[in-house]
This record gives sequence, structure tokens and C-alpha cells, in this order.
Amino acid sequence: MTAGNVAVATGDTKMNNATYVRYEILRTFRNRRFLIFSLGFPVVLLLTIGGANQHKLIGSIPFPLYYMTGMAGFGTMMAIISSGARISSERQVGWTRQLRITPLRTRVYFEAKVLCGYLMALLTLVVMYAVGSALGVRLDARQWLVMTLLILVALVPFAVLGILAGHLLKPDSMGPAIGGVVTLFALLGGSWGPLSTGKTYVDIVRLLPSYWLAQASRVAFGGSEWPPVEAWIVIAVWTGVLVRLAVRVYRRDTARV
Amino acid sequence: MGKETSASAGIVLSGLAKSYGPVKAVRGIDLTITPGETVALLGPNGAGKSTTIDMILGLAQPNAGRVTVFGMPPATAVASGRIGGMLQTGSLVEYLTVRELVEMVASMYPHPLDVHQVLEATGTSAFAGQRTTGLSGGQTQRVRFALALVANPDLLVLDEPTAALDVEARRDFWSSMRSVAQRGKTVLFATHYLEEADAYADRIVLMARGRVIADGPSTEIKAKVGGRTIRATLPGVDGSALEALPGVTAVDRRGEAVVLSCGDSDAALRALLATYPVARDIEVRGAGLEEAFIQLVGDDEEMEEVEGS
Ligand SMILES: Nc1ncnc2c1ncn2[C@@H]1O[C@H](COP(=O)(O)OP(=O)(O)OP(=O)(O)O)[C@@H](O)[C@H]1O
Ligand SMILES: [Mg+2]
Repeated sequence: MTAGNVAVATGDTKMNNATYVRYEILRTFRNRRFLIFSLGFPVVLLLTIGGANQHKLIGSIPFPLYYMTGMAGFGTMMAIISSGARISSERQVGWTRQLRITPLRTRVYFEAKVLCGYLMALLTLVVMYAVGSALGVRLDARQWLVMTLLILVALVPFAVLGILAGHLLKPDSMGPAIGGVVTLFALLGGSWGPLSTGKTYVDIVRLLPSYWLAQASRVAFGGSEWPPVEAWIVIAVWTGVLVRLAVRVYRRDTARV
Repeated sequence: MGKETSASAGIVLSGLAKSYGPVKAVRGIDLTITPGETVALLGPNGAGKSTTIDMILGLAQPNAGRVTVFGMPPATAVASGRIGGMLQTGSLVEYLTVRELVEMVASMYPHPLDVHQVLEATGTSAFAGQRTTGLSGGQTQRVRFALALVANPDLLVLDEPTAALDVEARRDFWSSMRSVAQRGKTVLFATHYLEEADAYADRIVLMARGRVIADGPSTEIKAKVGGRTIRATLPGVDGSALEALPGVTAVDRRGEAVVLSCGDSDAALRALLATYPVARDIEVRGAGLEEAFIQLVGDDEEMEEVEGS
């Protein structure tokens, strides 16, 4: 250990966020447990249930297509919420306090989290599409693309919800909380299967972002109501409210844990 | 926007107070640290050291008073990369190797030190390729120091940096820290150990129960709290006359008795007996740090009662 003269790194005198973001992504994809659990569940469901009903139809829609779109919505919602929720363990070990005494801007911290969530969501989609294709799902390029883009848009409020959860919950309650919330959202939004047709019921669930996430994935087989103005409004309002809440909990979150 | 905003100001705390519910963690601290100083915050558990440090780093908002660092609010100083800190608690983020983590943190600062050399200087290069998850307590502590050091800040704030370090690691740690101080940087560290504070700081700020109870050059504070006390019954003698005796650093009158805090108790006792042969009931006691705290805190409480009445 030579304590003497430690040189200032030459050349690199500009703060750059690229290094931070790169390591955040690396951290996300090195977390194998996280990868396996967030990808594994929808894959297994799609393989077993989709596989068992491979040649059935729901109305005129092939079951695997119907189920693939449902699991795409569910899986990406799970992936993006879990990604933000990992803030919880970073808070628990005191890492966020350490970051707050560096020049790293808060905005960059959250942007990196959202970016990692979206990368996980994209990975989930790729895997879902691959499994779906293996089960005989055929769509044209435009359909794949539009479906993917609309899902990514509909995920915005869930990215914020994950960050909010990461500030409100402790890591040990995170598993059940996320599992419950995601399942409920998916169920009410129609990712798990056709919604009951009761008029009031549908009127209410149309206020949920998960309804529009499910609709986004179903753009692939026509008949979709996406994207009416209503969808954009619901997504924008949820996002706005969740961002406000997240900012509030973040502000009062400097205390030692 | 007064004189404190001048760029030459170091750290200025004025009337700083912070409560957590009913707990008054910090109750009014005034302190100025000039750039280039190495200052130890010395005090027992719960003295308010970490709370003070949290406010300097912008992690806690004061209920009263204010902090400026290099003339700026803490958040601005942190954002400009001029502060590097090592908090008392906290472990490292997972799924990175030690080297990657140090590189990541280095990238956040405008003028970071060379990562390789920081790893060498902190004794972390031997396990730089290892993931942060499996490190021992002392290894983690070294890495945390590396993160503070690589920032190359103008102000280095360390909250009990040597907790969990073995003897060798402690020595290494202090030699790294010295080299930082030698580069003209300002260093503020919290500790429980008088020896550490005395050996490595120019100045010791003694804290207890949320207050600064003594502040001065290390040698002076050491004499004050590390020396012995002489207690004697000696009515009718002026305190300032006693303070002039050789070896005496402070005088406290308690009714008929006086308590002399001594840097050199032998010299003080000889002089006391020579000058005031009437002194009786003499006790000489070693004032350990704890005792010194209790004595000083006791004074502090008496003061408070006076203030309150
Ligand atoms: N977040 C908090 N909530 C409630 N009380 C707190 C909080 N932080 C500190 N305190 C209280 O404030 C007082 C001062 O605590 P602080 O951590 O500043 O002491 P310290 O001098 O750093 O002690 P130590 O040497 O044990 O680290 C203590 O009584 C502590 O219990
Ligand atoms: Mg402390």
C-alpha cells in the first residue's frame, strides 16, 4: 500500500453519465435470479397453457396468439415494475445515501432505472414472441412492430409505479406486493383472459393503465380499440399522478434506514 | 449572502440544530473550518456527530441554522463534485466487482483520481476483481474509503472511517488520509478515539449531547480531556489565579472545592501545594475520555439549567 502520490486521472476530466448507465445495465443483467424470475413465469405459462391449447380458437383468434399477447402484457409489466422496485434494496443497504453525496444527478439515477426496466421489458417481449412463434403464431412485420411500440408506451406508468414501490416498500415485502399488484392489474386489465362484458365493469376497468396495456398487445389481432384518445389520457393521468407521488416520497427519503 | 459566501470560506455551520421527534440530536452548533484543515469530530455514542455530518453533506435538513460548504449550500457543493464522503453505515451495491464500482463512482466526478492508484493506496487491489457481495467487513470498509478517495474532493468527510478495520488496515488508512491532507484538502472525520483524533487531526471538536463542548488544537484538547484532574477543598481563591498555575488547563469551582483539569498534574500539584498550603482533601484522578466527557457534559448540563431558569 503506497499512499504517497495518487495521480489525478489524465484526460478524463468530464463527468459522464455513460459509465454509470453502462454499469447499471450490467448490474441488471448480472442479477440472474431477477432475470430468471421475471422471464421464467410468463414463459412457463405461455409454454404450458399456450402449448396445451395450441390448436384451439378464442372466437376466431388462435389461442396461442391470444395468450402470447396476454403474457406479453403481463410479463413486461412484471419486468418493468420489478426493475424500479430494486431501488428498495439499494435503499436498504444505504447505497442511495452514498449516491446522494456524489454529483450524480437524481434524474440520471431514475433514467437509468427506467432504461434498465425497458431493456428487461424488451427482452421479455423477444422471448414471448419467440415462444409464441414456436407455438405457431404468425404476424406480419408491421403487426409485430406496432404491437411492440404500443406496449412500450403503455408501460410508462408501470415504470413509475416500480420506482414508487421501491421507495415505499422494504425488500422483504416486495415480492408478494409486486406479485399481487401485477396479477391484479393484469387480471382487471384483461391480460389473463376475456373480460366480462358487464357495461359498468368495462367502464371502470377502462380507467386502468393495464387495460390499455392489454389492448396494446391485442392490436396484433385487429379488433383492438387502440389507440383512442381515451387511452392516451388514461396513461398520461396515471403517469402524472404516479410521478408526483414518487417525487414526494423521494424527497422525504434522506433518512438513514 | 454575507461574508460566508466568499469562495475562501471552508465549512461554516451557524446555529445548526436538528431534532428527530423528541430527540434533540444537534442543538445549536457554530463551527468554522478553514480550507486545508484536518478536523476530528470526537464524541461518545449519540453525541450528534453523524447528524452533523449528514447536514454538512446535505443528507439531512437542519431545523434551525445553516451550513455552507465553500460558500455554497451543501447540495450545490455535492453537485459540483467538491465533496467526497464516507458514511458511517452502508454497504456496497451488488453485481459489480470492486474495480468496476470504483470506476463507476470515479466517472461521476469532474477530476477523479486514477482508479488503479486508488485501489493500490487503499489496499483493495488484491481483491479488485472480486464481486462486492462476498467481501469481509474490513474489505468493504476499505472499498468505501476508496470510493470517497477516488472523488478527489476538496473536502473529504469520513464518519468513523476506521470502524471494522484491523490494526494494519488502520495504519494504511491513516497514511492514505495524510497524503490527502498533504495535498491541501480539507478533511473532517468523526471518531470515538482520542488517540486517533490527536494523532491525525490538527484540530479536535469535542461533541456531546448535540453540542460542541470543546474546540481547539489537538494538543490543547488532549490536555483537557486526556490529562488528570486534581480536586481540592480550597475556599476563597480566585479561579483565574489557579488557572495560572503550571500544568493547569481549566478550573472549575464547585462550592468550596475546585477541580483543576491538568495537562501536567505533577507540576500542577507541586505548584498548588507550594502556592496554597491550605488546600486539603486533595484527590488526583486520571480523567479517561469517558470521564472527561462526563465532566464536560456535566458542566454543559449545569449551564443548561442556568439558561433554563
Ligand atoms: N433518523 C433518526 N431518527 C431518530 N433519531 C435519530 C435519527 N438519527 C439520529 N438520531 C438520534 O440522534 C442522536 C444523535 O445521533 P448521531 O447518529 O448523530 O450520533 P453519533 O455521534 O454519530 O453517535 P455514534 O458515535 O454512535 O455514531 C441519537 O440520540 C440518535 O438516537
Ligand atoms: Mg455516528
